[in-house]
Amino acid sequence: MENQENKKSIQDKLATIKYNCDSKSHLVVDQKKCAKCKEKTCTQICPAKVYELDENLNEIVVQYENCLECGACRIACPKNAISWEYPSSGCGVVFKNN
Amino acid sequence: MDIKFNADVIVVGAGPSGVAAALSVARVGKKVILVERAQYPGSKNMYGGAVYTTALKEVFGEDFDKFKYERVINTHTWSFLNETGSFEMTYKNNEATCAYAIKRFQLESQMIEIVKKHGVYYIPNTLVKNLIQENGSVVGIQTEQEKYYAPITILADGVNSLLAKELNLRNDYQTKDMILSVKEAIKLDKKTIEERFNLKDDLSNGVNKQYFGSDFGKLKQYKNLFMMTFLYTFKDTLMLGVGVNLADLSRNKLNINEILDEVKLHPDIAPLVKNGQTIEYSAHLIPEGGYKKIPKLTSNGVIIAGDAAGFVNGVHFEGTNFALISGKLAGESALVALENNDYSQNTLSIYMKKLEKSFILKDLYSYRNVIENLYSRSDSLSKYYPKKIKELFEIITCANCVSKSKQIREYFFSYFKDRKITELFKDIFAASKCALDVFFGK
Repeated sequence: MENQENKKSIQDKLATIKYNCDSKSHLVVDQKKCAKCKEKTCTQICPAKVYELDENLNEIVVQYENCLECGACRIACPKNAISWEYPSSGCGVVFKNN
Repeated sequence: MDIKFNADVIVVGAGPSGVAAALSVARVGKKVILVERAQYPGSKNMYGGAVYTTALKEVFGEDFDKFKYERVINTHTWSFLNETGSFEMTYKNNEATCAYAIKRFQLESQMIEIVKKHGVYYIPNTLVKNLIQENGSVVGIQTEQEKYYAPITILADGVNSLLAKELNLRNDYQTKDMILSVKEAIKLDKKTIEERFNLKDDLSNGVNKQYFGSDFGKLKQYKNLFMMTFLYTFKDTLMLGVGVNLADLSRNKLNINEILDEVKLHPDIAPLVKNGQTIEYSAHLIPEGGYKKIPKLTSNGVIIAGDAAGFVNGVHFEGTNFALISGKLAGESALVALENNDYSQNTLSIYMKKLEKSFILKDLYSYRNVIENLYSRSDSLSKYYPKKIKELFEIITCANCVSKSKQIREYFFSYFKDRKITELFKDIFAASKCALDVFFGK
């Protein structure tokens, strides 16, 4: 329940941010490593909730469009399964008020 | 191959350290290219809310007066939060001008305008994919569009510095070396902010509040949760954010936004942000590995500065000053190499000597164990002492018709009875170690 509440809170906050959306994902996860990962730290640590577990497919869904480019997932991933790059030139998050 | 250089120096990243590096090179008439992946200045950057003016002056010299700010930050409060309230200390110097609250878009825009006037060739909207190496030396950058060559490249590409990693100048960071910080920019009208924070209406004063403690609301249940909460007053915006160690977040299976939302409900914070509208949410990592995690700072044809080098003093919320000055020193070191026509690691290592002479490596050295020590006692700092502070002030302020001597004696002995006595000694040991390290530091 609490998780749902936080998800809603994050969605509301993400709505305040401007993005220049990239055409392809700058975040790529290695689903094979993820399938073996018990912690699924990415789904919990990301301040923008970019990573979600699709329980039917047992796969991590990556909503890279919401990424704040902080880099937390890359360091926290226990399996080193996230290939993390910057979005293409000029793409990604555009902070204007921080 | 004979390389045709496009510039004397390439700087990757147009944040404070990159801009400072580029400026110090351009000042003597050398050709410098400053590359930035963002389309708009400052739009990838995030900080708590203050740039330090001593460093800004040192880097920008006579151009310093051109900087427009939203407020001068000259009131500082340190507050220990408990369940029902807080204990707060305030230091106010109405005439101090040590720190400016400036939004990053404004700060970087102004900095870039100035350095362009000094001849820096600014290339925004350009992501550097790789460094170009030749005979064991970095000789340029490969962007998404094209290649640029220069005998020296300065990496000021921020905390995630993928380029430093590519060169194997540092190992991958561990979660315990990183703080994840999120903040909200909360819009209120100017007058409301001035009334709530007791500020003058001419923008000549503003507040930075730092809050300690996680023993309230939902956060009570989490162990080893050392967090710092901060608030800065801008002109008509408040910046409210938290910083938490990545390892603590992972271990507690916590999302940092839950913490920020909980902070906003605290009885001493909620009234400050009441009726405010969140106009932006942002996140950033802060490198806190300190002295022990400093990467290799130079290699053939390359120098690292700012967050990319892990130059931050988290205890005192200092980052922009480390970035600005390390950038300046990186630029000056590049000049020495250019003069000698020798871009080897050997010549560039003058950067290390310059850093050692400055406050940067001195402070990082003196504080090398402090963060670690604080974390090792995180439950004491975040839960136990905020509670004890509350108990003490209840005795002093509650007029509860019980003998003061009796209460004070009980209070004193409670330090030995509340917990295992070893906990108290560990706290004293950690605190003394921090204090001695800093006192006998460099």
